[in-house]
Amino acid sequence: MSRLLHGRVIRSGEARGEAIVSPEPIGFLGGVDPESGRVSEKGHPLESQSLAGRILVFPRGKGSTVGSFVIYRLARQGVAPAGMVLAECEPIIALGAIMADIPTVDQVDVGQIRTGDRVTIRADEVIVE
Amino acid sequence: MDGLRLTDEERAMLAGEHGHGVRRAMEMVIALARIYGATELVPIKSAQVAGVSYANIGDAGLEFLRQWADEGARVRVPAMLNPAGMDLLAWREMGTPEPFATKQLEVVEAYQHMGVLPTCTCAPYLLERCAGLGDHLAWSESSAVAYANSVLGARTNREGGPGALAAAIVGRTGCYGLHTDPARCPTELFEIAVAPASASDWGALGAIIGRASRGVPYLRFSGHAVQTVADLAAADLRDGMRALGAAAAATGSVALFHLEGVTPEVRLGQVAAPTGEAQVVESLAPAYSLLDGEVEALDLVAIGCPHASLEQLETVSRFLEGRRAAIPLWLTVSRAVAERARASGLAESLEAQGARLVADTCVVVAPMREMGVGAVATDSAKAASYLPGHQGVQTRFGPLERCLEAALRGTWQ
Repeated sequence: MSRLLHGRVIRSGEARGEAIVSPEPIGFLGGVDPESGRVSEKGHPLESQSLAGRILVFPRGKGSTVGSFVIYRLARQGVAPAGMVLAECEPIIALGAIMADIPTVDQVDVGQIRTGDRVTIRADEVIVE
Repeated sequence: MDGLRLTDEERAMLAGEHGHGVRRAMEMVIALARIYGATELVPIKSAQVAGVSYANIGDAGLEFLRQWADEGARVRVPAMLNPAGMDLLAWREMGTPEPFATKQLEVVEAYQHMGVLPTCTCAPYLLERCAGLGDHLAWSESSAVAYANSVLGARTNREGGPGALAAAIVGRTGCYGLHTDPARCPTELFEIAVAPASASDWGALGAIIGRASRGVPYLRFSGHAVQTVADLAAADLRDGMRALGAAAAATGSVALFHLEGVTPEVRLGQVAAPTGEAQVVESLAPAYSLLDGEVEALDLVAIGCPHASLEQLETVSRFLEGRRAAIPLWLTVSRAVAERARASGLAESLEAQGARLVADTCVVVAPMREMGVGAVATDSAKAASYLPGHQGVQTRFGPLERCLEAALRGTWQ
């Protein structure tokens, strides 16, 4: 059974992958290791888990604006998320997604998605299986 | 599904008809416009781009700038750079580590490749006429944003570095926030019963306002302070408001203030004093005790945050007449101001007095600890609020004369 969610396009494109859902905001500068793509923030619900190739589902970004460049760096290292789905995107994540060419949608009811779900982002649609 | 209207040209940029670099820039401008609820984009007159120090943006930032330049991104309005992490010419003799310097030069080169002017200053408004009343801008540096909005009556939000550069590449930014009339209306009234007697006093006032304000402060001097401020020379008032805006932005989130009888939107009747009770400022002492540290032996005295004006350099030289600093005394300026001081002979006098004109950088962004500096005195409330936390540098904060006395002795007294 699949569900169709709608959102607002931040960075257009199509991406497919396994969802990794964070109940907490993510700060990329200092919170995600740019070489490995693993969450490095101590005590974060996703600590030590890899974001590489997955659809990252989270409420919003946080922290330093240099986080945009960290998202870009992840993509260059080949360890970035394949796509991002947020409740509310702020400029750090938006600019990082555009720099790194990562399809991203916000204003999505992220409570509908569980870690391990198969998720497809297509323009403003998020398909959850 | 959203209310953002684009012109045909803007749609063409988004569709990639002007190349991939322009498309990426338009995607950024549109994403920000949507996030902030803009209904249209507005043409900008200039951009001022932060994210220059290599210490800040790192290899990831450098790589991205190079890629964007390779994609054909070029600015279409005048765009200026914020300070870098070093003097771009004199870095070696100033002790900047070479690996850092190499990367820093590459960052500036990448920006230049896109057509950004390597002004490397937080105070571009001092020499160039880059902003006027009602002009829309995309500026990054918080002190310049406060000055442009408040003193020049131009309109800019505080843009992040990549956002400002994207705006320069498409020549537009989203019409939201301080680009719109409602957001420029004062929200809080401050009555100031003390007349600032120096740039550090203006900065201390800014620190008080910055910590107290949640919106757009409207400042009104009261009692004897009204006449004292009215009697100030134009350059002193300007430099005072620079210090005020810089400190209010650094200690809070002030991007626009109005000053009764002085700033243009008040004088033109475009905004009026907010109703309701005023918050009264009777003393600047709380800001001094907050920003002044305890260290006595100093490594460096730093004047010029925001970057000093020619008039401020003249004041320093007059004070030091016939004397010579015992420890490094940095006067941080834009290269344009440094060149003017060189042409008039002022730079030579200052150097004979033991001062150094440092261009392109400042003590907030240069790698001070790596350069062996652990204790600084400054007359800048902004620098004093950043140095201990951001740079791990012990800091004394006081009026210019006291800082210069400290430079002559090497200790704070």
